[in-house]
Amino acid sequence: MNKKNIIICRCEDVSIQDLYDCFDEGYTTFEDIKRILRVGMGPCQGNSCQLLVQREIAAYLKKPLREIKTHKVRPLITGVKLKSIVENTKNES
Amino acid sequence: MKANIVIIGGGISGVSIAYNLAKKGMKNIVVFDDHYMTGGATGRCGAGVRQQWGTKGNCILAKMSVDFFEKAQKELEYHRDIEFKQEGYLIVATTAKEDEQFTKNVKLQNSLGIPSRKLTVDEALEIVPHLNRDVVISATFCPTDGHLNPFLMTDAYYCAAKKLGVEFHYQEKVLDIIVENEKITKVITENFTVETSKAVNAAGGYSYEVGKMAGVEIPVFSENHEILVTEPIERIQGPMVISFSKNIYCQQVPHGSFIMGRSNAEVLKNHDIKSTHHFLDEMAKTAVELLPPLGNLRVLRQWGGSYNCSPDRQPILGDTSQLKGFYLACGYSGHGFMFAPMIGLLLSEVILELPTTIDLKELHIDRFKNNEETDYEHSVV
Repeated sequence: MNKKNIIICRCEDVSIQDLYDCFDEGYTTFEDIKRILRVGMGPCQGNSCQLLVQREIAAYLKKPLREIKTHKVRPLITGVKLKSIVENTKNES
Repeated sequence: MKANIVIIGGGISGVSIAYNLAKKGMKNIVVFDDHYMTGGATGRCGAGVRQQWGTKGNCILAKMSVDFFEKAQKELEYHRDIEFKQEGYLIVATTAKEDEQFTKNVKLQNSLGIPSRKLTVDEALEIVPHLNRDVVISATFCPTDGHLNPFLMTDAYYCAAKKLGVEFHYQEKVLDIIVENEKITKVITENFTVETSKAVNAAGGYSYEVGKMAGVEIPVFSENHEILVTEPIERIQGPMVISFSKNIYCQQVPHGSFIMGRSNAEVLKNHDIKSTHHFLDEMAKTAVELLPPLGNLRVLRQWGGSYNCSPDRQPILGDTSQLKGFYLACGYSGHGFMFAPMIGLLLSEVILELPTTIDLKELHIDRFKNNEETDYEHSVV
């Protein structure tokens, strides 16, 4: 199957081909690739793509999966509307 | 390993300095950074580029940097889009005092060739229709300010510098700078000992510590500034909107998400970069008050990063009288990203002992020596 047609990050529409182009340029850590392709920055925050990207990096570098670091997980756990946060501060006080 | 110069810090400043030195013909330049590329302050910044400052020094650095950003894609021959968008910064005044100050700022900016102007509330609402008119009393606008992708701008400099022969080592921490007979002789990292007589401190949040390694006391400290990003939506806001009195900056990036941040008056001087619930609450309240429709946006992620602050909130650039061969590019106080082109140019000129494009006296570390009155920058969120 054409690597351009295999989507690895649905949020940011990134294909395996995009990923391999990045590898070939020398970017082989999740954090580096995230900064260039935005994988892990979309609404899923890496929940879908993290393992997939990790596997591709491992295969490319011919290293065991456990040696491939994933990206830094940041809050929030799920998307929350700004106005809901405002409402909540009112209820607290 | 031998190097003509070691640059400590591979954020936007380090890569810009490396590129400018290499472009001027310097060989054997080595850059070390203890993180991923843009893992420090550069990659954590608000991605804004503005020229509307309150001090002459900052205005000139910003204006000449924007001139470079306009041609950066071409000059650096970068194969990706650096996402430079010039749709302006709208700085809103909410108090009479601010309104008065902004009139002065615009006068200064115009005298330096920056095309900013004062706006009435109605004029401001034409540019950002969802602005809360009850909060704003006037505004200033500069159409050539805007947005730039910090990751890709850094990568553009990095790729161009690499093509010119610069050697980069990321995730390689500098441990010490060896000084013998008042001269730098070595830079020691986790895996390398580099013989060199010159070193640049472009270490962002850690520039104080890097200064200490060389025995140079730099009057800077770091503090955490938090920021968040929302889900991407269709384009509704052209310019970055800022209010100093309300304590907010907020822009919609070309990708569609909104990025917004504010400062915390009680923040401690340290290397903390954690995210807090307090920030999320205060940020949400401020954003929804000033730009009400943004209340419907979902917050995806929040993070923190270090402002490396100087006593007058202006950068510290140039050589040092304490140690020959040691150069400083730090103390940006939250606005180093947008000054990077000029920082690279000026530092390369100082290092190669060429005449500098602008007079660096007011940005040199010696300005703090005799407790002289310096030009304090108030226009900072």
